[in-house]
Amino acid sequence: MTTAVQVKKLTMVQAVTDAMRTMLEEDESVLVLGEDVGQNGGVFRATDGLFEQFGEERVIDTPLAESGIVGTSIGLAVNGFRPIAEMQFLGFIYPAFNQLMTHATRMRQRSMGRYTVPMVIRAPYGAGVKAPEIHSDSVEALFTHIPGLKVVIPSNAYDAKGLLIASIEDPDPVLFLEPMRCYRSSRTEVPDEKYSIELGKASYVKEGSDVTVMTWGAMVPDTVKAVEKFEKEHNATCDVIDLRTLYPLDKDTIAESVKKTGRVVIIHEAPSAGGVNGDIISVINDTSFFYLKAPIQKVTGFDTPVPVYSLEQEYLPSSEKIISALNTTLSY
Amino acid sequence: MLERFPVTQYINEDGELIKQEVQEELSLDLVKMFYEKMLRARMMDKKCVNLQRQGKIGTYVQYEGQEAAQVGSALAIEEGDWMFPSYRDHAATMTFGHSLRNLLLYWVGRIEGGIPPEGKNIFPPAVPIASQLLHATGVAWAEKKKNTDRVSLVYFGDGATSEGDFHEGLNFASVFKAPVVFLNQNNGYAISVPTEKQMNSKTIAQKGLGYDIPSIRIDGNDILAVFIETKKAVDRARRGEGPTLIEAVTWRYGAHTTADDPSKYRDQSESDRRRTTTDPLLRLEKYMKNENSWDEEWLASMEQKITNEINTAISEMKDYPKADIDQVFSHVFEKPTWTIEQQREHHMSIKRGKV
Ligand SMILES: Cc1ncc(C[n+]2csc(CCOP(=O)(O)OP(=O)(O)O)c2C)c(N)n1
Repeated sequence: MTTAVQVKKLTMVQAVTDAMRTMLEEDESVLVLGEDVGQNGGVFRATDGLFEQFGEERVIDTPLAESGIVGTSIGLAVNGFRPIAEMQFLGFIYPAFNQLMTHATRMRQRSMGRYTVPMVIRAPYGAGVKAPEIHSDSVEALFTHIPGLKVVIPSNAYDAKGLLIASIEDPDPVLFLEPMRCYRSSRTEVPDEKYSIELGKASYVKEGSDVTVMTWGAMVPDTVKAVEKFEKEHNATCDVIDLRTLYPLDKDTIAESVKKTGRVVIIHEAPSAGGVNGDIISVINDTSFFYLKAPIQKVTGFDTPVPVYSLEQEYLPSSEKIISALNTTLSY
Repeated sequence: MLERFPVTQYINEDGELIKQEVQEELSLDLVKMFYEKMLRARMMDKKCVNLQRQGKIGTYVQYEGQEAAQVGSALAIEEGDWMFPSYRDHAATMTFGHSLRNLLLYWVGRIEGGIPPEGKNIFPPAVPIASQLLHATGVAWAEKKKNTDRVSLVYFGDGATSEGDFHEGLNFASVFKAPVVFLNQNNGYAISVPTEKQMNSKTIAQKGLGYDIPSIRIDGNDILAVFIETKKAVDRARRGEGPTLIEAVTWRYGAHTTADDPSKYRDQSESDRRRTTTDPLLRLEKYMKNENSWDEEWLASMEQKITNEINTAISEMKDYPKADIDQVFSHVFEKPTWTIEQQREHHMSIKRGKV
């Protein structure tokens, strides 16, 4: 007799909670800490109910100090715990940058493996939810540049649970970025049981043969919409790849798709300069350059701070821009 | 520490003047001016919450209950001095001369909202917690180097005192004797976290001890205490005697922001109780009643005047020209880089449907 896997339709933020609950239940050493994560359940309710279930020794309201949160999490992690630290918004991680850059990510090497830092930092990020200044920053590339840090971004509930569990189980520090625009915009089926999705593996959102479209986070659903429109207007089909892990990139999936299509569009809402688009182009250069039939196109935010909300929609890559880039590459 | 840092009061909850030595300076005009400025701040705050509920402005950060702490301190500095608000300190900025229209524009996501009128030294509100303390110190330090007698007044909450920038700000100000007044509004909570969980220290004022900064604790709902004690600190700073830390003990009645639900973490009956006990406006009302100078007609005419002012600001906000994407590209550098120019051109051509 087989027992049917129980599944629930969850929003992405519920799946994030579900992943933490699963790991708090399974592993005594897992802790959740951050500003307002306890009684309040987090400003996005990502830790809702965990304080009630696990108590204040495991779901911990900290003082308002990001460097303090990350710095002490390093200590906790080195000394036997698996902290999951929440940054209230990615735009407020900057005070903790020093701890990440100088300690969390190089403790393993500095101690030749004697001390390791198995911690996860979770942070909501991205534009499009009319948040006040600084709350909408999309600065993932700042972190892919830090040696020793994995950077993971889910775009739906199923991936969020599996990727977060894998991040918690990872023996090294992981930055887990949660696109705010995806928190409640859709539901996907999520198994009740524990499962994980390997870090460093991209996923095909849909398959096609003429263009490879790569993106992540909140741009995934927007991209799919634009691509579907484009495919209807042209006799063409696209691979849409959700990269899911930005460091390390899934070079095999990137190469495989580029070899098939020969045409590439990269889409991200972060500024272009120094952005992850450059790393992707470098992977293509190394793995599949001779298969290219057209210059690689990119659609990104501007090299400007994310504007306040009256103008943020203009900042985000629009359907028109995505379709225009697809046209350019196809007609080359 | 509680004995070492008692809460200084000038007018108590029953509206009685308990520091007789200031009786002479306390004219009825001054009291009425205090009341009017606080009423203006309160009416504006309530209006903003309503506008948010009607979907006419975005998420808003309210300060109701903290009027005395903000208005009283703002009245203690002068034109030419500097003010460094956080996101909650509109009562302070509007008292110091920020326009109501721009205040509203800030909450509809407009850059203009953070810009003070010409000649008013008000920084755009700091969104990252505690970061503004260092700016205030730097600006004050510059004034000192330039041999002026201008000072900085900087606002921050209880939660902010946990951040490194708070400690660095106090330390720099102390080392360089910068003319800065650190005005803490201890409103009991940092979003959901009550002060007892934020810190183990009993007071915020005592945190100044480590930096040898004169520090006091005052009743932040007593506008006279706030005004007089801030003025003393401002005068000290002007005389070149360095920084002061003031902990104004107060209370915010409502949620952290209009996006927050306080029933998750606190019992709102305490707020209801405080409206009838420690409220800063009620206190002055009681004082004026004790002095037989409370005047309903005066109140009504003031309310009318303020309502008109707020309504004018709302129509100005509504009639304000639409946000222009050029603001985004034009103000990143003095001269836009080629990447920004290219992005601007591309964006405009896509908008015109030319690509
Ligand atoms: C560096 C940073 N971390 C987190 C936040 C999110 N946040 C906004 S307000 C707030 C609480 C601030 O509390 P307090 O300093 O007491 O000021 P209050 O809002 O009570 O006036 C938090 C955590 C932020 N704005 N900046």
